[in-house]
Amino acid sequence: MIQRFMNGKLYPLFVPLISVVLGLFFGALIMLAGGYHPILAYQSIFESVFLQPYYTGETIRTMIPLVLSGLAVAFAFRTGLFNIGVEGQLLAGWFVSVAAAILCDGWPKILLLPLSILAGAAAGAVWGLIPGFLKARFKVHEVISTIMMNYIALYTTNYLIKHYLYTEGERTPTIPDAASLASATLSHLTQGSRLHWGFIVALLAGLLMWFILWQTTRGYELRAVGFSPDAAGYAGMNVGRNILLSMTFSGMFAGLAGAMEGLGTYQYMMINPAFVGIGFSGIAVALLGMNTSLGVFLAGALFATLQTGGLTMQSEAGVPIELINIVIALIIFLVGSSYIIQLVLNRLAKRGEKR
Amino acid sequence: MSYAIEMRHIRKEFPGIVANDDVTLQVKEGEIHALFGENGAGKSTLMNILFGLYQPDAGEIYVKGQKVKISDPNEANRLGIGMVHQHFMLIDKFTVAENIVLGSEPTRGGKLDMNQAVRMVRELSDRYGLDVDPLKKVEDITIGMQQRVEILKTLYRGSDILIFDEPTAVLTPIEIKELMDIMKRLVREGKSIILITHKLKEIFEVSDRCTVIRLGKVIGTVNISETNPSRLAEMMVGRKVRTPVNDTPYAPKEKVLEVKGLTVLDNRKVPAVRQLDLEVHGGEILGIAGVDGNGQTELIEAIAGLRHVQEGQIKLNGQDITGRRTRKIVEAGLGYIPEDRQKHGLILDFTISENMVLQTYYRGPYARAGVLNHKVMARKAKQLIQAFDVRTPSEKTLARSLSGGNQQKVVIAREMDRSPALLMAAQPTRGLDLGAIEFIHNQLLEEKQKGKAVLLVSFELDEILHLSDRIAVIYEGRIMDIVKPKETNENELGLLMAGRKEARRQA
Repeated sequence: MIQRFMNGKLYPLFVPLISVVLGLFFGALIMLAGGYHPILAYQSIFESVFLQPYYTGETIRTMIPLVLSGLAVAFAFRTGLFNIGVEGQLLAGWFVSVAAAILCDGWPKILLLPLSILAGAAAGAVWGLIPGFLKARFKVHEVISTIMMNYIALYTTNYLIKHYLYTEGERTPTIPDAASLASATLSHLTQGSRLHWGFIVALLAGLLMWFILWQTTRGYELRAVGFSPDAAGYAGMNVGRNILLSMTFSGMFAGLAGAMEGLGTYQYMMINPAFVGIGFSGIAVALLGMNTSLGVFLAGALFATLQTGGLTMQSEAGVPIELINIVIALIIFLVGSSYIIQLVLNRLAKRGEKR
Repeated sequence: MSYAIEMRHIRKEFPGIVANDDVTLQVKEGEIHALFGENGAGKSTLMNILFGLYQPDAGEIYVKGQKVKISDPNEANRLGIGMVHQHFMLIDKFTVAENIVLGSEPTRGGKLDMNQAVRMVRELSDRYGLDVDPLKKVEDITIGMQQRVEILKTLYRGSDILIFDEPTAVLTPIEIKELMDIMKRLVREGKSIILITHKLKEIFEVSDRCTVIRLGKVIGTVNISETNPSRLAEMMVGRKVRTPVNDTPYAPKEKVLEVKGLTVLDNRKVPAVRQLDLEVHGGEILGIAGVDGNGQTELIEAIAGLRHVQEGQIKLNGQDITGRRTRKIVEAGLGYIPEDRQKHGLILDFTISENMVLQTYYRGPYARAGVLNHKVMARKAKQLIQAFDVRTPSEKTLARSLSGGNQQKVVIAREMDRSPALLMAAQPTRGLDLGAIEFIHNQLLEEKQKGKAVLLVSFELDEILHLSDRIAVIYEGRIMDIVKPKETNENELGLLMAGRKEARRQA
C-alpha cells in the first residue's frame, strides 16, 4: 500500500503534510511539558480563525505579504538562486509605494493606486536586480549580496523617512485615500479587521508566477538555468541574463509584498528599528510550499493562521504566543530534514513488501 | 579445483525487477574472471552482494571453500575482497599515502605514523609495479594514477580478490594498456580478479574466463581461449550484433565546416588549440583521434561558441561564425552531441518532452509570442521517442530516470531532428552498451548518407577506424596528420597520437 502511494502523484505532497502534522504534534508535547493544555490551545486557534470573522479577516490580511514574499523566494529558487534579500526588497517596495502615493497626492484613484502599487513593485525589482547583476557579471554569491542589501534597505528607508517624509509617531504621513487598498466593505464584513483588497494582488501574482514559469519560453529558460546552468549554456541560452531576470522578477514580488503593507495594512511606513521579518518568513513559506504557486498559498495560509490564532491562544488558553513560533520553527525544521521522513517511508515500504 | 570465490544460485529482487536470478559465479584462484553484460544486466548487483552492500534473497557464497555470510563491506574486507570502484572514493586534498591508509592508519604510541604509512605504500607500489608517489596530493595526479591509488587501497587492506568495476571507462588508451599490465602482474603475484565490463576488447586482452549475464540470468561461463568476440557479443545481447562499418563510397561534397588558424585557450589560459586548420565536407565523417587533453574539448567548444576564440576563423556553411553566440551558431546549422550528456546535453530534471526542444523552444511551432505550446512539444517528443526507440514510460518522464543509453538517444534524436548541416559528436558512445553503440553508430552513418557533415571526436580508436572517412590525429592542439582508415592501422595512429610524425613513412 505504502509502495503504491509512494509511486503515486500525491507523494510529493507527503513531506510537507507530515511535517505540519508532526510539527503540531511536537508543539503539543512541548506545551504539555510546560504545563499547558495543547488541545485547548489548538482549539482556540481553530475557533478564532474559522469562526470569528475578525480573526478570519486578520488571517487573510497576514497572508497577503507572506504569500507574496513566498512567491518571491520560490521564483528565484526555480532559477537556482537563493534570494535571502526578500526582506530588503520588501522594505524598498514598501517605502517607494508610500512615497509615490504621498508625492502624487491629488491624482485620481484610478491612476494613483496602480501607480503606487507599480512603484513598489519596481523598487523591489531594482533591489533584486542589483544582486542579480553582481551575480551574473562578477559571480558574487547572491546569498551574501542579498543579505547585505537587506541592511542597506533597512537603514536607507529609515534615513529617508526621517529626513524627507517624517511625521509624528516615527513614521511617514498617512497615504491619501486615492492610493489606499483599504476597504470599508471588507472591514465591515470581517467586523473591523484590517483586511484589504491586496488579496486580489496576491492572487494575481500567484497566477502570474505560474504562468511565467510554466507557460512561457522565458520561464522555460529560467527553469533550465536553475536546474543546470551548464546544459542551458550549451543549448544556447544566456545564463547571465536569466539570473538577472530571475532576481528582478523575484524582487518585484517582494516589492509588491511591501506595497501591500504600505497601501493596505498600515497606510504609512514606520521607522523600523529592526527587520519586519515578513521577507524571512517568505523563505519558510516557499520551502513548505515546495516552490509552487499553489503550495505557497497553502503554506502562507497555514502560517497566517498560526500567527493570528496565536494571539487568541494566548488570551483564551493562556499559552504564550512564543510557543506558536516554536511550532512554526518545528514545521520548517521538519520540511528541511525531509530526507529523514523519506528514509523512514522507504523503510516502511520495504517492510511492507517483505510481508 | 579450489575457487577463490563461489557464488551459488544467487537471487536478488528489487521492487518490480529480478536483478539476479539463480546466478552462479565461480572464480578460480589466480585468474582474471570477466563479468560481461549490458548495462542493467545485473553485474553490479551481483558484485554489491559479494561486497556486502546488498543481502541476497537466496543463494550461498563461498570464499576459498568456506561458506560465508557477508553482512557489510568491512566483512568483505576481512575476507580479502576488495573493490576498485568506478567512481573513485578519494579525498582530493589528502596525499596518496593518507588516502590509502585512511581507516586503518599505522600508529606509534597512539600517534599517526605517517612515515610508516609512506614506507608501506611505497613498498606495495614497487611490488606490484604501480609507480605511485605516496607524497603527492590526489588532486595533482592523473585519473589513471588515481585509479592506481584505489588499487593500492585494496592491496593495503590485504585483499586477495579484487573486483574492478568498469575500470577503463574513465581512462585514455595508454592508461588502459597500463592498467591491463597491472592486472596481469597482480594475478602473477597470486591475486584473483573479477573484471566487470562491457568492452569485448578488454576481455580478450586480459581475462582467462568470462561469465556472461543477460537480464539477471547467467547465459554461460566460457574459456576465453575457446571463444571469439562475435560469439561473446551474441551471448550478451541475445542476438547477432553487426558492428556498423562505414562502407558507403566516400564522395565528399561542399565544405561545411572550415577552421583556419584557430587558437583557443584552456581554463588555465594556456593555448590548447594552436593554429589549427580543419575542413569537414558534406557526406563525410571526419574522425578526430587523439589522447584526451590534446585540445579536442577546446576545439569543439570553440566551434560551438562556448569558448572564446583567441585567433583564427571558423566558417559554417560559408557563414563566418567566429565569436558568435551559441544560439546563432546552432541556427546556422550546428548539431552537437556533447561529451558529458548528463551535464551538458540534457537538463536531467526536465521531462523528455522539455529536453527535446532545448534549442528550439523559442521558435514556432513550439512557442508563439513567448508562450509555450505544450501540446506540440509533447507530440514532437512522442514522435521522436518512437523514431529513436527511446525506452521510457512516457514523454513526461524526467530525463534523470532514463538509463544512460536512452539519455543519449534523447540527445541524438533532438540533434538529428533539426537536420543540422554539421553534426559534432563528442564521445557519443562513452559508457554505453553494445546495443546502444550499434544504434548510435548507425545513426551517424545515416547522417553521412544524407549528405551531412559529421565531426566525430572519440578516444576509442576502433570507433574512429570503423566510422571515419578521414581521420585527423590531434596532438598538442595541432592536427598531426590526416589519414584514411583503409591506409592506416592502430599502430600508426598510436604513434601519431603520441606526436611522432615520422611514423607515417615507416608504417
